[in-house]
Amino acid sequence: MLERIDYTNIGETVYRGVLSNGLPVNVVKKAGYSHSFAMLAVNYGGADRRFKPKDEWIDTPAGVAHFLEHKMFDMPQGGNALFTMAALGAQPNAYTSSGMTAYHFDCVDNFYENLKQLVSFVTTPYFTAESVAKEQGIIGQEIMMCEDMPEYVVYYSLMRGLYAHHPVRDNVAGSVESIAEITPETLYLCHGSFYRPSNMCLCVAGDVDPQRVEDTAMYVLTDVDGGRQPERDYGEPETVCPAAVRQVRKMSVSAPQFAIGIKIKPAPRGEAYMRQNMVGSMAMYCLFNQSSPFFLRLYANGLLNSEFTTDLDYCAGTLTAMWLGESRDPEAVQAEIAAELKKAAEGIDPAVWARAKKSAYGARIRSLSSFSGICTAMVGGCFEDYDYMQSFEVLSSITKEEAERFIAENLTPERMAVSIVSEDAEAAENA
Amino acid sequence: MNVTRRELLPGVWLTSMKSDKFKTDCISVSLLTQLSRETVSADALLPRVLARGTRSHPTMESIAEVCDELYGARVFPVVRKKGEVLALGFFGGFISEQYANGDKLLESTAALIGEMLLNPLTRGGMLCRDFVESEKEKLLEDIAARINDKRSYALYRLRQEMCSCEDYACDDMGEAEWVRDVDYVSLTRRWHTLLQESPVEVFYCGSASDERVENALRDALDGLPRGEINCDIGTDVRMNTVGPKPRYAIDSMEVAQSVVTMGWRLGECMEEPNIPAIMLFNAAFGGGVNSKLFLHVREEKSLCYYISSGVDVRKGVMTVSAGIDVAALEVVANEIFSQLGAIQQCQFAPGEFEAVRKNFIGQLRSLSDSVGAEEDYWLEQAIDGSDRTPEELAELCAEVTEQDVAAIARSVQMDMIYLLQPKEYGQEESDA
Repeated sequence: MLERIDYTNIGETVYRGVLSNGLPVNVVKKAGYSHSFAMLAVNYGGADRRFKPKDEWIDTPAGVAHFLEHKMFDMPQGGNALFTMAALGAQPNAYTSSGMTAYHFDCVDNFYENLKQLVSFVTTPYFTAESVAKEQGIIGQEIMMCEDMPEYVVYYSLMRGLYAHHPVRDNVAGSVESIAEITPETLYLCHGSFYRPSNMCLCVAGDVDPQRVEDTAMYVLTDVDGGRQPERDYGEPETVCPAAVRQVRKMSVSAPQFAIGIKIKPAPRGEAYMRQNMVGSMAMYCLFNQSSPFFLRLYANGLLNSEFTTDLDYCAGTLTAMWLGESRDPEAVQAEIAAELKKAAEGIDPAVWARAKKSAYGARIRSLSSFSGICTAMVGGCFEDYDYMQSFEVLSSITKEEAERFIAENLTPERMAVSIVSEDAEAAENA
Repeated sequence: MNVTRRELLPGVWLTSMKSDKFKTDCISVSLLTQLSRETVSADALLPRVLARGTRSHPTMESIAEVCDELYGARVFPVVRKKGEVLALGFFGGFISEQYANGDKLLESTAALIGEMLLNPLTRGGMLCRDFVESEKEKLLEDIAARINDKRSYALYRLRQEMCSCEDYACDDMGEAEWVRDVDYVSLTRRWHTLLQESPVEVFYCGSASDERVENALRDALDGLPRGEINCDIGTDVRMNTVGPKPRYAIDSMEVAQSVVTMGWRLGECMEEPNIPAIMLFNAAFGGGVNSKLFLHVREEKSLCYYISSGVDVRKGVMTVSAGIDVAALEVVANEIFSQLGAIQQCQFAPGEFEAVRKNFIGQLRSLSDSVGAEEDYWLEQAIDGSDRTPEELAELCAEVTEQDVAAIARSVQMDMIYLLQPKEYGQEESDA
């Protein structure tokens, strides 16, 4: 039975619990909406390549989690869940990150039938040599597409600069060579190891009946191995120093694209993790959001444009602070960010802090309009053992001093690495 | 959902959608004008310049402060191309007032938008030269940045080549040389012209009463100089292809993957367009995961990762784009034609068309859950002179038959194929 929790401060109601088959479930009740959204996520992503399902460590090729995501839609009777759900009026889709794999759909009608389909196909492995070979062609084209996307190239180039060996440095989809090593047996092994109710999370947002959601998930899913989880190995812990401080790649782009990053030691799972996330996000937002004095100054002098964003990216046991954008002079932007961090570590302007806090609250309230955004955040909370809906209360308790301490302890310029993608790589290299 | 529409001022129409289910409310103000090579870059520039500073808030910093105080309300310039109509103005999003300690966010956001439109910072009556020059640089950067997204760039180049004699060839930014030709004097003149002549579409979605919304927007737009409203705005439909045979264009660039884009004229069906049938034709051809292109070109033949079609019912143009291995171009193109042929002959597997229809209707019905999607939908209705709700459109879709869709497919005419290919394939220039 799911427990009802009301968050009166933000006008949300969530039904939450862990089913007897081990599956954590969250239902965010959204009265008055026509559509509903469901996400079934697996705590298994591109970085989970070396693991111990039982007694022995196993190494798998880069790109298996993503490959598995593509193949999960195939059903044993020759059907394909993607088409079955689309025919039921749903918009099904899936994605894989370094840390997790998520299957989701959006629909107006037939919600429970679609939910049943979702839970069924994600837990029904069916792979053949023929279908694996066929998918290698499609994913090969996806990998090629990403090679032409500057935002991917600059991101992975940064991750390779920051991380010496952690698998988050590698493309989630793998390479044309690595996916050629994947066989049906690889897929069965990975599915059997990670696709277990206790290693997954179901999150639903919409005007739905929580009891029926629970019944559907119980009906389809059964417990395996009493919730035993495979051990994962990401190698020796990384230091906070980057492996290489500067990466430059040549591509056909209109202006240099940059990604600047700093590695941070993530807090342990649970409330400490959520607080670190909130403090770090608030510090980054205060200093660098598009209303911040920093951004407006660099926008006015032409160093930045509206493409500039920041992120605090938790993934597979790593935490990375990132600044992303395009600029005619990425080095100058990096120097400006370093100077801003140094200044903030000594003290943030109280008026700027107060404004940013009010604005960040508004931005978070606005984010509650996106069902997919809510479910993604709730699933992240589930896997890291915190309650996302409580983050609104946590936000109000964060002090300026806490943010300053976070910056002083973690965002030190000597830990920075930069990645640049430029048409004129030689000039960028020599800058 | 309760949608009302009324005239606020001469030629200024307010579409208001009352709902208390959202946590985000919005206001948008759009000036409508004809898309034209002569003015598109000035029109693209104008809202960006107006958003840089107003009389009360003369700097970006002071505007940012106001927005932060409104719980992070965001007012940003927006320019949209709808057929050959350009809608330029501002979109303001703010949190529902029940989470804002009783602050009147509606009035404050409306006032800020009104001030940007009517009372920007000027010097001697002219828009600030510094702002104009600075925003010209940003717009030039955005125009140059088209090549960063290869898929959308290939679609842009297709329209540019295919419709080279039509204003439809322009996107919503124009071209670099046109931007360079704009200066603060000509932009000021254009601003005055648009304020006087443009039909204005205002949209609100949120929980406030009709009376409050109307008062807030009347106050915000008070002083809008109205001259003779230019109602002669619309889209020229070219029903036939330019030449007797399909045309080809090729660009070579340093890319790993090729992108092929294909363009068709919708043909004689545009004489009295059956909009629901055209939309369902597109859905069945390449509009989603249960479309023929996805099922056959991607899933069955493994020829690509992405492939889809899109249709502009105002202009009567359909496009397809796919990321492919250049060596497979002919196979891909033949398969696309073959799937179009299947629809022309009304070849649908049992349940196939019904599945497409159900999916498309589901998308229409879920529009009512998105403030942004509703805003865009109602702007399009205003441009089209229609008051059809998404639910009514869904009902009409329910009546479309497979034969209706096949008739649309038989009407389309292949006009152009564009290829963006890796440089090592050699051909540097476009080729007719």
